[in-house]
Amino acid sequence: MKSIKYALLAIMAAFALGGPPASAQDFKKYGIDKDVPGLCSYDSISKKDYKGRTLSVITHAVPVMGEPTDLHAKQFEELTGATVNVVHVPFGDLFQRIMIPFQTGQNAYDVMFYGSLWSGDFHDYLAPVPQKYLDTAGMKDVTPTYRKVATWGDTMVQYTVDGDRNYLKYRTDVFDNPVYQKKFKEKTGHELTVPKTWEEYDRVANFFNDWDWAGDGKPHFGSAEVTKRDDLMFSAFIDRAAAYAKNPNVKGGFFFDLKTMEPLINTPGFVKGLEMFVKAKRYFPPGGDNFGLGDEIFSFGGGQTLMSYTWDDSFVQAMEPTSKIRFKVGSAPLPGSHEVWNRITKKWDYFAKPNDPAYVTWGWTSAVAKASKNKDMAFDFLCFFSNEANADHDLQIGRFGINPYRNAHFTANFWASKMGWGKTVGTQYVNTLLSIDRSRNHVFDLRVPGVNQFMSSMATGVSEAMAGQKTPQQALDDVAKEWKQIVARIGVDKVRAAYANVVKLEDNE
Amino acid sequence: MSGDRSKMLFISPGLIVLVAIILFPLLFTIRVSFSDWDVARPGLDWIGATNYLRLAHDARFWESFGRLALMAVGSVLLQYLLGFGLALLVWREVRARRFFRVLFLIPMMTTPVIMAVIWRTMFHESLGPVNDLVRLLGFAPLPWLSQSGLAMTSIIIVEVWQWTPFMFLMLLAGLMSLPREPFLAAAIDGAGPVRTFLRVTFPMMAPISIGAIIIRLIEASKILDSVYVITSGGPGTATETSSYYIFIRGLRDFQVGYAAALSFTYLVIMAISLTIIAKVLARVMLVRDHAA
Repeated sequence: MKSIKYALLAIMAAFALGGPPASAQDFKKYGIDKDVPGLCSYDSISKKDYKGRTLSVITHAVPVMGEPTDLHAKQFEELTGATVNVVHVPFGDLFQRIMIPFQTGQNAYDVMFYGSLWSGDFHDYLAPVPQKYLDTAGMKDVTPTYRKVATWGDTMVQYTVDGDRNYLKYRTDVFDNPVYQKKFKEKTGHELTVPKTWEEYDRVANFFNDWDWAGDGKPHFGSAEVTKRDDLMFSAFIDRAAAYAKNPNVKGGFFFDLKTMEPLINTPGFVKGLEMFVKAKRYFPPGGDNFGLGDEIFSFGGGQTLMSYTWDDSFVQAMEPTSKIRFKVGSAPLPGSHEVWNRITKKWDYFAKPNDPAYVTWGWTSAVAKASKNKDMAFDFLCFFSNEANADHDLQIGRFGINPYRNAHFTANFWASKMGWGKTVGTQYVNTLLSIDRSRNHVFDLRVPGVNQFMSSMATGVSEAMAGQKTPQQALDDVAKEWKQIVARIGVDKVRAAYANVVKLEDNE
Repeated sequence: MSGDRSKMLFISPGLIVLVAIILFPLLFTIRVSFSDWDVARPGLDWIGATNYLRLAHDARFWESFGRLALMAVGSVLLQYLLGFGLALLVWREVRARRFFRVLFLIPMMTTPVIMAVIWRTMFHESLGPVNDLVRLLGFAPLPWLSQSGLAMTSIIIVEVWQWTPFMFLMLLAGLMSLPREPFLAAAIDGAGPVRTFLRVTFPMMAPISIGAIIIRLIEASKILDSVYVITSGGPGTATETSSYYIFIRGLRDFQVGYAAALSFTYLVIMAISLTIIAKVLARVMLVRDHAA
């Protein structure tokens, strides 16, 4: 009797002092399926004591990246006692809000979430990821492609939290419709298949433009593309141009000749890409000339257009439970080209199997400031943010902006069962992403100092050609001229040294 | 003497604030404009007039002034005509004039960026209600944001919608402060409403009109939010104004030194232009007033 009394008293004292002992089951209240053991797990992080310490975080506006940052910041606070202050900034302001404190020596933020294409500008200000985090199972499972994106030179200075790419999306119900297949063959003399080249894309989109192929009484259109000048249109142009300009047999640069730092942006491959982009206007929906990413998501994801090519968002939108085109969409690698410009021989090379470079477009990334006085807490926060359980959770919420980047994410079963996508869509989706990840012919973003200047110049030139203010050749000649001026201002050696990192990735060195 | 000293003592806090918030940023911007501060080279080095020489040859900057002039003058003129018309409507004894006076002010009380997002949705060529209305009226839908001329028109429509209430407010205040005697005299002389307006109302409203137009021109010349949200300066560069171009160079491209030179040049040009416009308006409208 006495021993039972003492046992009860001991248990009550334990509760009074520290609460019930933590168990994996408890962490389900955070919305995860299961805590995965390791340095970054809920269990490990809950043992950290950061009471009285404050972490400053800057991130994108809610929801994309902003919402998961808030969510995991609150969780981190509860688990560790830290105070996490999160600042949300619209994308257009994010670069300068991070850069100004760096340049003026202010220690404004410990943790930054931003677009990985800015690593050329930021890398000097970032703390290398400590070895213990590199040795975690979660980090080791990041695919080589996304580990490279997080690396500058030989040092990982960014913490991978997202993996992005652009790919083709299309309406399977239309492509698989025997009536439409017959009509298409009669009209064009070609089989209706998922486009493998931009010329095929053009043919299919044009055929399915401005009539009711969905059977809902409204006209539907061929293609939704991102065309609004300063709303990520530069990525859409690279999607199209890469097929004609990224020659797998030519090493040493895609945007520039690495040796001479001469811009290649006005070479025939890029010009051809722009000509095709301008030609595509005829099968855009009304207003398609001014579509931002949001418009594209709702145009394709809402069933207005037959095809599109961007990030995952419109595909995930189309597969939402409430979407009227759920299970009617498919994914495929970007179209390519049989003809690719060879800048060495100054001729077009013919490829029997279309050249379809995989564009590993910039994604969200995170980093810890070199000047941070809270590096230990900051890295713990990032490793917690992207632990296996949280990543699995975040992948399932389209608006979070987090897309697959670990080998574990590229399993069809995850998408089939957790997202409810079914085996067919899930398998095709994973195969598409894997083909992009494992391609030996990649295009990466121009991650050099001043990248915003280069991309802004390119977007303006492309936009002028799209608006008919200049011919594609004139527009890109002007872009090339401006790029030379930018290189001269920033410093040719500086830009070359940074660009060499990108070329190393593209040349598979 | 002590009187002068105590005067200085009273105005010095205000003067210090004025210096801090107006003079210092202006002088700092001028200093930055002589530096090469950008993404790769932070700090205040000295490059002399390099930025100013560069902007002299920057065709895109000068072209943006032309567009700005068209947008600002076009929208302010429409705001003046509409604002004056609305003010005249509710100036006299009309039913529910208090309600209309409040109603006409609502657009000005909304947040410009939010309204730009709403207008962009309205002008959306596939999904927006403006083209639905156009179709209802029997016309083909218009490329509001993807054709150069119409994109500029769309921006002007948004600006007119947002800021006509300001004109309305200023001009209504002006109308309400006018003396009654000239109107009585005109009525006695047998002048009708049109003649009364041309010979009495409009000339007497000249000083307030000039003030309202100049204030609106100053604000309209800074147009940025509508362009940023609705067209991003496109299609191509069709709606790129000076402010938007400076924003791109300064905050997007992070060419801080060059953007400072652009900003200061813009300031000088606007100060000179608006002074000339004010003098011309005064000469034209106040001369008419004296003639009347």
